[in-house]
Amino acid sequence: MADISLIDVSKRFGAVEAVRDLSLSIADGEFVVLLGPTGAGKTTTLRLIAGLEQPDHGSVAIRGRDVTRDVPAERDVAFVFQQYSLYPHLTVYDNLAFPLRSPARRMDAALIRRRVLHVAELLHIEQKLANRATALSGGEMQRVAIGRALVREPAVYLMDEPLSSLDAKLRAELRLELKRIQRELGTTILYVTHDQIEAMTMADRIGVMSEGALVQLGTPREIYERPNNAYVASRLGTPAINLIPAELLASQSPPAEARTVGLRTEHIRISSTDRARPHARVHWVEHLGDQNHVHLRLGTHSLVTLADPDQELKAGDEVSLEFMEPLYFDRSGNRIATDRVLA
Amino acid sequence: MAEIRLEQVVKNFGTFSAVKGVSFAVDHGSFFVVLGPSGCGKTTTLRMMAGLELPTAGRILLDGEDVTALPASARDIAFVFQLFALYPHMNVRQNIGFPLRCQNVPRGQINRSVEEAARLLRIDHLLDRRVGGLSGGDRQRVALGRAIVRRPKAFLMDEPLGALDSEFRRLMCGELRELHDRIDATSIYITHDQLEAMAMADRIAIMNHGRVEQIGTPQDIYDRPRTMFVADFIGAPPMSFLDVHAALRRGDRAVTIDGASIEMPELLEDRLEGKFALGVRPENVSFADSSRLRGQVIGAEYLGTTQIVTVTTANGRVKARLPSGKAVQVGETVGLKLRPDRLSLFDATSGEALSSALEAGGRHG
Repeated sequence: MADISLIDVSKRFGAVEAVRDLSLSIADGEFVVLLGPTGAGKTTTLRLIAGLEQPDHGSVAIRGRDVTRDVPAERDVAFVFQQYSLYPHLTVYDNLAFPLRSPARRMDAALIRRRVLHVAELLHIEQKLANRATALSGGEMQRVAIGRALVREPAVYLMDEPLSSLDAKLRAELRLELKRIQRELGTTILYVTHDQIEAMTMADRIGVMSEGALVQLGTPREIYERPNNAYVASRLGTPAINLIPAELLASQSPPAEARTVGLRTEHIRISSTDRARPHARVHWVEHLGDQNHVHLRLGTHSLVTLADPDQELKAGDEVSLEFMEPLYFDRSGNRIATDRVLA
Repeated sequence: MAEIRLEQVVKNFGTFSAVKGVSFAVDHGSFFVVLGPSGCGKTTTLRMMAGLELPTAGRILLDGEDVTALPASARDIAFVFQLFALYPHMNVRQNIGFPLRCQNVPRGQINRSVEEAARLLRIDHLLDRRVGGLSGGDRQRVALGRAIVRRPKAFLMDEPLGALDSEFRRLMCGELRELHDRIDATSIYITHDQLEAMAMADRIAIMNHGRVEQIGTPQDIYDRPRTMFVADFIGAPPMSFLDVHAALRRGDRAVTIDGASIEMPELLEDRLEGKFALGVRPENVSFADSSRLRGQVIGAEYLGTTQIVTVTTANGRVKARLPSGKAVQVGETVGLKLRPDRLSLFDATSGEALSSALEAGGRHG
């Protein structure tokens, strides 16, 4: 049984269709990430599930129960926002205990204590329980904010870019932590971000959104290796996929209906010049330490790919390119399934 | 074009010492990045170069001339803050020409300069458009146009891309660097984002607590970090450290960790028994069943081309960058192989790198 299911949900704000006929099922214990640029409808989707917005059409169910018309408090969801909002005058312990002390819950103090200690341990903040919330670092504050959602043990967690206000180093640490906690507790999380690394590293499945619609839903590997269209292909991968006209790769005999070729770094092999293969000129080598981005000029087009740090390439070098199983897209940008053609 | 030199520059604010004796030289035409976490003194350093702060001690030289006490207006330097600050009621031409109009430059010359700046930025087709209707990228180019139209000797940029989302920031990094090359400028750029620094800089100065920890080319700093702070600040994910407890001798080519002998670049100094940290970058770690250095996989992060696998060992956590085709199970025990010629050894107390053949490799090649 799905923990969350959205059926044909639409939401309009004036002239803007924020979410368009969106259907999505999230299984119990699954970590689903909605990925898309600003304005794609990700946050609105989350708010519709939380009950902070009402859909114009469609229905929302949580644990099999239709909650479309329920108020947020009746839905048993916890929402973690981008900006952690802790009570500055309370200790970490009291911040964590706060949601459990609500008069509506009538939870006894011993049980509250057990839950708070358990969550503090999970988040590695058990040493900080007596500290004032304001005496914490940014990363610790965000852990407390996540902890405040965890203590309630709701049916589902909704998270709206919870890591985006943290610096890069902390973000990387908390990504791993959040995934670990989710796995240990078997919780259901719907997480919204525009950061492809967060999506790829944490999600069981990624939903790629664009202009209010869900364009593709699948495991990170499916989305990365078999994108439905060029838009999805360009959302994932660093450096970004190179999209160039198919006629430039005539030597590869692309499918007849192919208009655009998508080349990821693993589709391109650079070798010293070989007459039989397309030539390119190295325009610029960007040294990023572990990975070097090589900027190539192929005719009038630019390509960016990774090169081994030990591969000696410099601006002006003439090289040959070999293309391995690139992605092909048709006139309307949809991917042509070459894997099936081969089989 | 200009050469900028800082000599033992100090800045105190009351009892707080923001910059504690910083020296570096920026060559004509180079792109120099000052990198560090918030509060490390990088912005104060830049503001002193611009003439917006007066140093407590030390000298600042612009093309050999001592400008330490000169006001900003007398320095012929353009300071670019967060970009995007455009005048919404003016068109592109007026926005770019504004700094020249303020200096009462004759109209004909303003037009010529604006058109040249616009050509360099490839926005000459937009000159008569309102800035309100422009895309984010074009607005940014107009803001840059306003900085380059004066043709100053140097550009000082303080996190100009900080407010942008990550994808767009990558694009603008490339454009800024290309622009720098086209106009043959001297640029000094401040950021806390190591990827921006690696992508754009000819040389990087890494600051921490008001001091410069290391100056070098991006690759040199990445391959041969002089301190654990630098090793940890650069790289995504950063360098991993394994605890080593040992007495070390000049000529040693291995250390022992948890019974496993780990080969490393030849040591060039003796050390008494103490705590050290063996540093390894994720791309220099691989799995090898035969290795006696063992650990448990606690997470694998899929990144498309590669994956980052985190392994806990008895002596610390290690991150490995492996091809994404490699099957990895969370919870499994694996042997780790570290690429010997790329390892750094640090004094765990002072954080400083020990002298070894790794460093020598840098000097000779």
